[in-house]
Amino acid sequence: MGMTISEKILAAHSGRDAVKPGELVNAKVDIVMCHDITTPPSVSMLQQLGMDQVFDPEKIVVVPDHFVPNKDIKSAELAKRLREWVHKHGIKHYYEVGRNGVCHAVLPEDGYVLPGRVVVCGDSHTCTHGALGAFATGIGSTDLAAVIYSGELWFKVPESMKFVLNGSLPKGVYSKDIILEIIRQIGVDGALYKAMEFTGPVINDLSVEARFTITNMAIEAGGKTGIINPDEKALQYVREKSNEEFTVYRSDSDASYCEIIEINCSELEPMVAFPHLPSNGKKAMDSGDIAIDQVYIGSCTNGRIEDLRIAAHILRGKKVADDIRCIIVPASRKIWRQAMAEGLFEIFTDANCAVSTPTCGACLGGYMGILAAGERCISTTNRNFVGRMGSPNSEVYLASPATAAASAVTGRITDPREMM
Amino acid sequence: MKGKAYVFKRGHINTDEIIPARYLSTDDEKELALHAMEDLDADFVKNAGPGDIIVAGPDFGCGSSREHAVWAIRGAGISCVVADTFARIFYRNAINNGFPVVECEGITNHVATGDELEIDLRQGILKNLSNGKDFHFLPLPDFAFKIAEAGGLLQSIKK
Repeated sequence: MGMTISEKILAAHSGRDAVKPGELVNAKVDIVMCHDITTPPSVSMLQQLGMDQVFDPEKIVVVPDHFVPNKDIKSAELAKRLREWVHKHGIKHYYEVGRNGVCHAVLPEDGYVLPGRVVVCGDSHTCTHGALGAFATGIGSTDLAAVIYSGELWFKVPESMKFVLNGSLPKGVYSKDIILEIIRQIGVDGALYKAMEFTGPVINDLSVEARFTITNMAIEAGGKTGIINPDEKALQYVREKSNEEFTVYRSDSDASYCEIIEINCSELEPMVAFPHLPSNGKKAMDSGDIAIDQVYIGSCTNGRIEDLRIAAHILRGKKVADDIRCIIVPASRKIWRQAMAEGLFEIFTDANCAVSTPTCGACLGGYMGILAAGERCISTTNRNFVGRMGSPNSEVYLASPATAAASAVTGRITDPREMM
Repeated sequence: MKGKAYVFKRGHINTDEIIPARYLSTDDEKELALHAMEDLDADFVKNAGPGDIIVAGPDFGCGSSREHAVWAIRGAGISCVVADTFARIFYRNAINNGFPVVECEGITNHVATGDELEIDLRQGILKNLSNGKDFHFLPLPDFAFKIAEAGGLLQSIKK
């Protein structure tokens, strides 16, 4: 019996020839990413237990992103604790404000994520990095502390679930719509504990950036990771960013899957996930007349340059509807620079959008676009739970950058194809 | 262990509900505990007593990886969570903290808030002393007990 890409990577990192779903393994970790919310507690734990050491400062990448630039005194203290720890241990891969971005955007663009690697971070959206054929998963602060200390972590080998994306994407439909449709079909725990492996002609056609949007939201279906077998496009992407050696693993043709789901992408339409679960997907055209107060375009899900281009394409020469706030948050410094160079900020500013410095910001209800009670936001982010972006009496609707931008112009949830 | 049940009939209780992100600028357990479950049940902290056991539907703890969710409810006096299923990261975080979690399908249909529960974690038996019903569940693997006995994952790996 063959193995899946996830099984192969976990086997190789735990010194075994083969692993099976359900087995517990202790695997070596290649890259540990740290941010400003979940890492300071890890550091405190290690210090309190007399374990304040790092297994390899070269393998630790620290990207404060959630509450920086510091949103208040307490978050300033968190960022300070993180910074002091970084300096104490000589961690060189540290991204101070002005060099930083949303960690899941920075990590691949600076070449830390390579095929075949095991990547962990104290953040649930770490599954994003599986788009490059790495095994990447989110962990809590104690796990993070354990990896920082030892370079290893326990894993239960997940079962794999295969998603075959057939057909071709119609105009106005994007990778965000694919993943919202998948989560609508299987539910927010449809892939609980499982590795979601995405394959098929549509995956091959998608850019690497667009693939990140899909693997990013694997956690929204309960997945342990989202993963894509690396193709030439992925290999070219990483070779442009890193000179380091790596091993490419791909699933065997006789690998075992607990479930195989086929999606005909040719039939997909722009999707909107209604409050308060990412699985509450509807077609944008069937949304009804839903007035919004805010539009948020950014995050680790959809804050990359292609996303900004798609939004700019719709907003060019138009204005955001009266009384609507449209907040655009490029996900990293490189993306910000690129958007500036391409003139996207001019388009956004002319349309009356606010452009922010990179941050996780309002995606998780941090700052830079918090919602008041009774307000509605259409957002390119990943979660629409109660209170996610502010008041527990506000509402978040998840959509693609195209749908969000089109809605900004009309002030109502709008199918972007009306403006294409 | 014994404790009174505090039932949430719903599934998919996510970590944003267990501890909203607006409180994540601290990792102090006592401070987090003041806001446990705030957006879901504003009276939770007032009503939950020490040793209470949360009983909930499937996929408890989904969403963000914030371990603050475990700390917030533990800080609020909760001694254990029993749910149909747990989201993966919350489950790991609980194990790593030596905080008891029990997967028991359909449990919310047989327990009401205030019922006296008795749980044998090793044997995998949950007794509802208030209505006399017994339930069997798959106990956590042995390594999880070892972590709990050590006082947590870090203590168990300390060289």
